[in-house]
Amino acid sequence: PSSSQVQRGMEKFTNSQVDQKTAEVIQFFLVKDQKKIPVRRADLVKHVIKEYRNVYSEIMKRVHQTFDQVFGLKLVEIDTKNHLYILINKLEPPEGGGAAAVQGPANPKTGLLFVILSVIFMKRGAVKESVIWNTLKKLRVDPGERHEQFGDVKRLVTDEFVRQRYLEYVRIPHTEPVEFEFHWGQRAELEVSKAKILDFMGQLHDQDPQTWSQQYREAHAPPSTPGSSQPHTSSSQP
Amino acid sequence: MARQLGDVHRRFLQSMMSNSVLDEQQATALYQNCCDIHKVQSIPDKLDDFIDNINSKLQPMFMQIRKGMSEDNGHQFYALVNMAETDVTRMSSDYADNELELFRKTLDLIVSSENGKISSTDVLNIADTLTTKKLKKSEAEQVLNRLVQDKWLNEKRGEFSLSVKCIIEMEPYIRRMHEDQVKVCHICHNIAFQCQICDSPTCGIKIHNPCVATYFKGRVDPRCPACDEFWPHEIPGIYFYFSTYNS
Ligand SMILES: [Mg+2]
Ligand SMILES: [Mg+2]
Ligand SMILES: [Zn+2]
Ligand SMILES: [Zn+2]
Repeated sequence: PSSSQVQRGMEKFTNSQVDQKTAEVIQFFLVKDQKKIPVRRADLVKHVIKEYRNVYSEIMKRVHQTFDQVFGLKLVEIDTKNHLYILINKLEPPEGGGAAAVQGPANPKTGLLFVILSVIFMKRGAVKESVIWNTLKKLRVDPGERHEQFGDVKRLVTDEFVRQRYLEYVRIPHTEPVEFEFHWGQRAELEVSKAKILDFMGQLHDQDPQTWSQQYREAHAPPSTPGSSQPHTSSSQP
Repeated sequence: MARQLGDVHRRFLQSMMSNSVLDEQQATALYQNCCDIHKVQSIPDKLDDFIDNINSKLQPMFMQIRKGMSEDNGHQFYALVNMAETDVTRMSSDYADNELELFRKTLDLIVSSENGKISSTDVLNIADTLTTKKLKKSEAEQVLNRLVQDKWLNEKRGEFSLSVKCIIEMEPYIRRMHEDQVKVCHICHNIAFQCQICDSPTCGIKIHNPCVATYFKGRVDPRCPACDEFWPHEIPGIYFYFSTYNS
């Protein structure tokens, strides 16, 4: 709606009603974020915004502000066609590299994810499925067996991490039998520092990160700082 | 008006969101750690002021970092709580509707019980009475196991009681739903489930087991702090308590 429509909408509700609705939207995002599930705008409007859709843009303005100022989080539209939103962390990961470069809740799965993202990054963005499984086997995580901490490893990697948008799992065209490969997902692009990954690889292989010159250039390219890459934050109307 | 939050507060809050419950020592260490990361001077013994500052900004979202006591060992714990009327939001993504109903009914049963504990048989009997969708005994047993695993309930020798996380998170809900049945500890003034009750018919005050231990520690002639009658219950003396609240 136009700004005059928003204004008319605002007349329908008191300021504290809009605040209340803002709080509900924030709760909704936080609950979804526990599982790292992207939020679809249509669902948000249907289940939470409801009769407040006229003032959607005003509510989202307040939501953005609160996430920024209180939680240190940023609401990002990762899919502008289907209008999917995720929360990413605005705070710098603490020094010390390793799994700490992946932000969000501390979780044993995070370490596993970090390894997979590292392999993909070092292989320039795409890695065959079989390479990932072999890497994990070397770390005594067998995708064919139930893991004490991760449960069904294959499901975790190809389903959970994919739904959370940490990984993309895509069919390699023209393969027979069918083969799949992994890419970084949009959430990883936004949340995970490539420079930290490279430092971690450097420590692991006792090698100066700069010797991987292509990766080093990509990791230190200007738009790669967390939270500032392409997908834009959106506060437009539904 | 509280001061603006800095990244040090935001980092602390983020950790509270990803950890369901922290004991006092862990929360203090986290505070210290956040201060170190952001090169801010931490102030000893000011953790609660630091948290109050965060809480003032959380209030419009009906959220709060709350403190509560474990009824088992008397230690203080912190948890981030949703105070909104929608009772069990944080659980709603982990449990199905009928599982939540089982939990709510278990909670009700514990609240109205004499000593804050109920047997697994009591819980399994509720499984038949669910209005959302009935659970088989074996399914209800699995839900109970998950509730213990997720630290909503404590289980000891086949008896279930409320965990400290559950007490901190559910207190607003319990106070709302059970206004007439809520017991309050005479010593620490917090809500009380597992407690001792004064025998004298005109008194009947309640005291948490850990509070009993602190209060009567070293007294040869234990008497009720309200009516001065002899306190006939067993005084647990086997624990050491680091009592940090002010009564
Ligand atoms: Mg791709
Ligand atoms: Mg900042
Ligand atoms: Zn007490
Ligand atoms: Zn008495």
